[in-house]
Amino acid sequence: MSASNGSSPYSAALLSGLWKENPTFRLLIGLCPPLAVTAAVKPALTMGLSVIFVLVCSNLVVSLMRNLLKPHLRIIMFTVTIATFVTICDLFLKAFTPTMSEILGAYVPLIIVNCLIIFRAEACASKSGLVVSILDAIGMGTGFTLALCVLASIRELLATGRVFEIQVMPDAFVPWLALQMPVGAFVTLGLLLGLIAALTRKKGA
Amino acid sequence: MDNFVALLMGFLSVVLVNNFVFTKFLGTCPYIGVSGRLDRALGMGLAVTFVTALSGTLTWLVDAYVLTPLHLEITRYICYIVIIAGAVQLVEMYVRRFFPSLYEAFGIFLPLISTNCVILGICLFLDVWGTDNLIEAVVISTGTGIGFTVAICIMAGIREELALSDVPEALKGAPITLITAGILTMAFMGFAGMIK
Repeated sequence: MSASNGSSPYSAALLSGLWKENPTFRLLIGLCPPLAVTAAVKPALTMGLSVIFVLVCSNLVVSLMRNLLKPHLRIIMFTVTIATFVTICDLFLKAFTPTMSEILGAYVPLIIVNCLIIFRAEACASKSGLVVSILDAIGMGTGFTLALCVLASIRELLATGRVFEIQVMPDAFVPWLALQMPVGAFVTLGLLLGLIAALTRKKGA
Repeated sequence: MDNFVALLMGFLSVVLVNNFVFTKFLGTCPYIGVSGRLDRALGMGLAVTFVTALSGTLTWLVDAYVLTPLHLEITRYICYIVIIAGAVQLVEMYVRRFFPSLYEAFGIFLPLISTNCVILGICLFLDVWGTDNLIEAVVISTGTGIGFTVAICIMAGIREELALSDVPEALKGAPITLITAGILTMAFMGFAGMIK
């Protein structure tokens, strides 16, 4: 077995989440966190890392128990698995980064119902082996985190003139406070999606 | 009388001022995905309202009378999600038995209500807001469901019109929906500060 033969499905599983099937920009699933926690980069990054953790763990467990799944009990088995890991993650954040935990608030437990995680459990982990599932989780999670960070840096830059709490804009810059509010979240994501559609269409034509 | 006014204010607050879709971004997936047609959006909204009211009440009861006295708060999320899944199962069986045509129309979206963020959201926020009696929990969770219905119906109405209008090629579909949602949010910000 040559390395390239063995690695092609693996690298495909890892890479598809980054751009081709990016959960936020391409598939439009799990939209609550990209809108809710992207007012600044730090909470967005924390959220992204939490999602990666939960996604990897739940894909691992679901992949291990894929032969035991019953069709009508599938969703509830997924959600209970996910809820367990989210509880772990929530307690961890509360213990080690209490301020972040306070900012993210109810959005950490809401990872349980993030469509992205259930979608990956259903579409990938319940059908594929352990390695593919974990790679897929890492790829998808990273794609999700990148999307969150991109969105958050645009909003934080324009709303406060800082990125990652470091001053970037000159002092004369007038902050666009609206971008910190819910309006900013919807409009920024909408325009970004439009931009991506415009760019990919040009490439395809 | 005072109690009644407080309840009414709480109800209006979750329907208009603290509308879950507009201020907390919960339930954005069906809001963007299902809201293509007005009748379907209304059906979806009513189903969500029913499940929200039912599971908000049940989780409040379980939280107050089982989890807190037994100090099992750590299992809270797991209990919530099991209760919600049970409530959705109940609604699904009921709709299938009595409204078969509606059941056909919903398809996959009905079981997916259990992963709708609004529902888990209200169970969590009831706790965050420190709701301390049963009637309040019932009123607020029903109000949240109605708020979701209002949001998704307004959106569906606008999108029916949008389908006929001339949208730039790149913005067709989800982008224009999100931008519309942003402008709607701005409109709903007008209610902010009206009630706490």
